[in-house]
Amino acid sequence: MPKKTVYKATIEHIQILDEDGKLDASLAKNTLTDEEVAFLFEQMVIWRHLDEVAFKLQRSGRMGTYPQNKGQEAAALGSGFAAKKGTDFLVPCYRENAALFLHGLAPHMILLHWMGDERGNQIPDNVNCTPISIPIGTQMLHATGIAWAYKIRKEPRCVVTYFGDGATSEGDFHEAMNFASTLEVPCVFFCQNNQWAISVPREVQMASETVAQKALAYGMPGVQVDGNDMFAVFKATRDALDRARKGGGPTFIEAVTYRLADHTTADDAKRYRDVKEVEAWTKKDPIIRHRKFLESKGLWSDKKHAEVEAKAKKIVDEIIKTAEGIEKPSPADIFNFTFAEIPEQLRIQRDTMRTNSLGQDPSQTGLKPEHAHTR
Amino acid sequence: MPELNLVQAINQALAQEMERDERVVVLGEDVGLNGGVFRVTEGLQAKFGRERVVDTPLAESGIIGTSIGLAMAGMRPVPEIQFEGFLGPAYDQLVNHAARFRTRTRGAITIPMTVRVPVGGGIHAPELHSDSPEAIYSHSPGLKVLMPSTPYDAKGMLLAAIRDPDPCIFFEPKRVYRSFKEEVPEGDYEVPIGQAKVVSEGDDITVVTWGATVFQCLAAMDELPDDVSVELIDLRTIYPMDTDTITESVRKTGRCVVVHEAPRTAGMGAEIATVIQEACFLHLEAPVQRVTGFDTVMPYYKLELEYLPESPRIVQAVRECLAY
Ligand SMILES: Cc1ncc(C[n+]2csc(CCOP(=O)(O)OP(=O)(O)O)c2C)c(N)n1
Ligand SMILES: [Mg+2]
Repeated sequence: MPKKTVYKATIEHIQILDEDGKLDASLAKNTLTDEEVAFLFEQMVIWRHLDEVAFKLQRSGRMGTYPQNKGQEAAALGSGFAAKKGTDFLVPCYRENAALFLHGLAPHMILLHWMGDERGNQIPDNVNCTPISIPIGTQMLHATGIAWAYKIRKEPRCVVTYFGDGATSEGDFHEAMNFASTLEVPCVFFCQNNQWAISVPREVQMASETVAQKALAYGMPGVQVDGNDMFAVFKATRDALDRARKGGGPTFIEAVTYRLADHTTADDAKRYRDVKEVEAWTKKDPIIRHRKFLESKGLWSDKKHAEVEAKAKKIVDEIIKTAEGIEKPSPADIFNFTFAEIPEQLRIQRDTMRTNSLGQDPSQTGLKPEHAHTR
Repeated sequence: MPELNLVQAINQALAQEMERDERVVVLGEDVGLNGGVFRVTEGLQAKFGRERVVDTPLAESGIIGTSIGLAMAGMRPVPEIQFEGFLGPAYDQLVNHAARFRTRTRGAITIPMTVRVPVGGGIHAPELHSDSPEAIYSHSPGLKVLMPSTPYDAKGMLLAAIRDPDPCIFFEPKRVYRSFKEEVPEGDYEVPIGQAKVVSEGDDITVVTWGATVFQCLAAMDELPDDVSVELIDLRTIYPMDTDTITESVRKTGRCVVVHEAPRTAGMGAEIATVIQEACFLHLEAPVQRVTGFDTVMPYYKLELEYLPESPRIVQAVRECLAY
């Protein structure tokens, strides 16, 4: 038998709006209308402001560790906008806040989470998402399971799950990809390749040239897009969702973007990455190019920008007031959500959490009466 | 003698052992250029190079699984798992392989590795950055489980662990990382695995604890009346446990309170109470008491101090135990 090639593949990269705000009109066809871009850009400005204020809250001791989303808003907004609000379901990590807000999550809940309050994860019934996921690379399996349920029940719904470049090193990622493709579930795997996993750059994290090509090993279509370009992100996600909804199975999207801030407020990226690299990517900031685009269309101006910034300030002030106005939870809440029904021994722990160290029955001989009240 | 905090003492132990033994390699997420998220491995990559201080892919099962292979092949891996909450993906490799190889092969293949893991709450961290899973691994035969609470002990115990022929989990209480400094000898010394430390001698009651709660217990002792004489034991090694030090003390005092951050049910307090009951039954003046975390998920940080055994709860337990 002569040698032959049994598999060959290429990975496409899609960019529609370049860093100078120039649009590829033919690729842009049937993507976002000018009005939609203006709406999404306004969102970008508002949520960028929230992100910056959240950073300051941490610095002034009003919030715990916070991972900034700065620079990755186009990836979140373009993909989130492609998913059908109220129908599709988002399974996020922690760098796509804007997508969750588009789908109706109250923004103060994200702050509440990082303020060390589980109520930030208490997603209302009418919002289709799971909360922020802390263990890296795990949530894509849940997304696959949710999509599987939709398939079993023949519901025309899809799931979009978000994760980072680093997350694709975890075993669970590969298991999710394999389950999703073999079961042909309606799930979009949206990888925000922001070039870094804390201090580990993409080329140390993986030897593959693109993240997207990992999909090919699972027989799943994989595409790379400019993640700072809402047109490309929207198009790739919408196409993937259209196919998934028609029973075409999952898609992997690699959004090439950049973490403009430190990993979290607990990190200092100057220790491990070149400021020149950050400067180069700052020029590719999605805010710059989408504004240029809108200006070229006569849909944006300095005056309009100032108005939106003032609006952002008002909205964000309100969000912070809401988050900070929420009273400290009751200590009993530590216990009350462990099970549907609290087991007796846990109920005793709850009801005596401040008084009972003994854990003994006071009727035991030997316990002095003055201590009997401790039960 | 120079004064070091816990982070610096562990860093020094790693550097000295890498210098002394070229089989030692450090690996994990962000341990290289960044020096670890707590800076425990700071400067090691610059000193020993990227072959021996390795930024791995983000995969805990991979980190522990390949460490097992490195150990099999004659290296002395010292992997880091970034936070105890992320031991999850590594559980299979730790418990089903590292812990079992000696038994499985009747001693033909052994796994000398030391897994370093920051542990415990009290630092305002997000979810899965504040847990205390020491009992889980103590319940997994074949693993040694260590948790020093002071810079001196940390250096000596880490050196002992790296030189130990069996897999060790070396838990580092985050709350203590930078909380204080003490004198740490620059030279080589070991603090043997399996030896508890009597932090302060006393006659009335024994308090057994380990990790960050050693300092909560010390704070509690300050709040007790002067005529209450507490013997405070820092367990240091969770498994194998120094039952002699505990039982000797309880035979003397007749009373004991165990304090730990981990949940109560099937926590190490249950084991310690049983050991005491088995070995000191006729000496006991009161039931052994536990001040522990609750049988719940570790709460997010707004409520973490309600969960952790802070000194008021410890004081109360000691008083009740004494009054019994
Ligand atoms: C299982 C697990 N291991 C380690 C960590 C600690 N950690 C938090 S974020 C992070 C890097 C994540 O990188 P990436 O997936 O690229 O996402 P990014 O933060 O860049 O958005 C690490 C190692 C974690 N949260 N979960
Ligand atoms: Mg990343």
